[in-house]
Amino acid sequence: MYTEKNTNEKSFVSILDIIKVAQTDKPIDMLKRHFKYHLIDIAEFAQFTALSIRYIFRKPFEGAEFMRQSFEAGYRSFGLVSITAFIMGLVLTIQTRPVMTEFGAESWVPSMVFLSVVIEIGPVITALIFAGKVGSRIGAELSSMRVSEQIDAMEVSGVYPIKFLVVTRVLATTLMLPLLVLYADFIALIGSYIGFTFHNNITLWLYIREAFEEMYFKDFIPAFIKCFVFGFFIGILSCYKGYTTNKGAEGVGIATNSAVILSSLSIFIVDLIAVQITQIII
Amino acid sequence: MSFELQGHMESVIEIEDLHKSFDDLTVLDGVSLKLTYDENLVILGRSGMGKSVLIKCIVGLELPEKGSIHVLGKDILSLSEFELNDLRKHIGFLFQGGALYDSMSVEENLLFPLNRNARHLSSGEKNDLIDEALESVGLLDAKHKMPIELSGGMKKRAGLARTLVLKPKILLYDEPTTGLDPFTSKGISELILQVKERYKTTSIVVTHDMKCARITADRMIILDKGEILARGTYDELKKNKNETIKGFFK
Repeated sequence: MYTEKNTNEKSFVSILDIIKVAQTDKPIDMLKRHFKYHLIDIAEFAQFTALSIRYIFRKPFEGAEFMRQSFEAGYRSFGLVSITAFIMGLVLTIQTRPVMTEFGAESWVPSMVFLSVVIEIGPVITALIFAGKVGSRIGAELSSMRVSEQIDAMEVSGVYPIKFLVVTRVLATTLMLPLLVLYADFIALIGSYIGFTFHNNITLWLYIREAFEEMYFKDFIPAFIKCFVFGFFIGILSCYKGYTTNKGAEGVGIATNSAVILSSLSIFIVDLIAVQITQIII
Repeated sequence: MSFELQGHMESVIEIEDLHKSFDDLTVLDGVSLKLTYDENLVILGRSGMGKSVLIKCIVGLELPEKGSIHVLGKDILSLSEFELNDLRKHIGFLFQGGALYDSMSVEENLLFPLNRNARHLSSGEKNDLIDEALESVGLLDAKHKMPIELSGGMKKRAGLARTLVLKPKILLYDEPTTGLDPFTSKGISELILQVKERYKTTSIVVTHDMKCARITADRMIILDKGEILARGTYDELKKNKNETIKGFFK
């Protein structure tokens, strides 16, 4: 079973492992081993996640560290999210307007762009940016702590590293991403308004009213809920990759890289599942 | 759970038939040893011979495949996670590089275990403990420095102060003089003795540095290819005719 005691013993698949196996084994054996490594990795990730969830409810709560991580994940992402969201709203409006005008539906541009941003583009793009910025930071930070034995030092001094390092980071990403997405939606709306005013004379207030014309809670709520799931997966995958690295400086690079790749991939998978669930429920 | 360490206690650490391997590589192959109260045991061996793995097994950072480890009378392999954590508060571990938390100052590094393991203390009492630990390793002036501002020797001293702040009964030193110049190495070795006197600790020092071994050892064990090759005092082992052992004393 995965516990804090055996974190150094987990198997770890790297390109070098695969090349070594490829040089000595038949292709079918190589595939079998590769498959086995991934199954072990998935099982260990599941155990790591279960352990982390268990520690969320164990007192005392590391409030100061949670606030610090929330600040790092949330506040420090404002700049990047602002620029991305603004350009997203602007470009989407500039590209959509001519087609809509051709069909005589120019007045639908605000609501169409805003609906696209709120339901799909805003959460996904913001989550991807968040995975790149925060996921990589978490992966690099925890893996370098593992390599320099700082995590071991915590463990032997009677501190639960998963509680201090993982739970605080996962909670921070889970709670900060939805807030950033709300903020990104608003900034995208401003960007969209500016894009629309290149060819039309309209007040901001009227544009906002038009944008909210076709927006209902049943559109907004599922999109908002899935942001929590995106945040959770970005946090837990990045922590898992960082926490369980075991190959020195090379391991730090691999962990950082894997944290971003897996977090980004998880966003699309969760999005796909969320869309299916939303279709069934609503 | 309480752990009382008394003068009459026969063994503080007792290891029986310990086996540990990583994939096909056997690192520990039936290691047995006893550490008695107030003793400094030096485990000597070449790099990669399982010295660090052995002391990591003692604190539960590595799990052996076979064998038993009793620390302060408790079988650490059968302890629950909570009990193991409680026991760890009585064991100090000095890592090779000091393992200081690099996002915290030296003071915060020392405050970190105190805040989590000694909540009943007031901030004034915690501050006194921090000052006492830093003073005992000669680092009081570096209290507000960040780890990046410290030299290799200072990092090890700060790491030692962090373990001392909880007043452990047992201290485990993992290569305390590796990577240090001879002068600083001697200083660290003498510090190990001073700490033993001041804090009345029982220690295991893992090293391949003979000068450190000579200064710190009450008793020595030579580990080779996962097995204990010889036991004895520094002078006894120096007279040993075995070629591998003689190699250490050249």
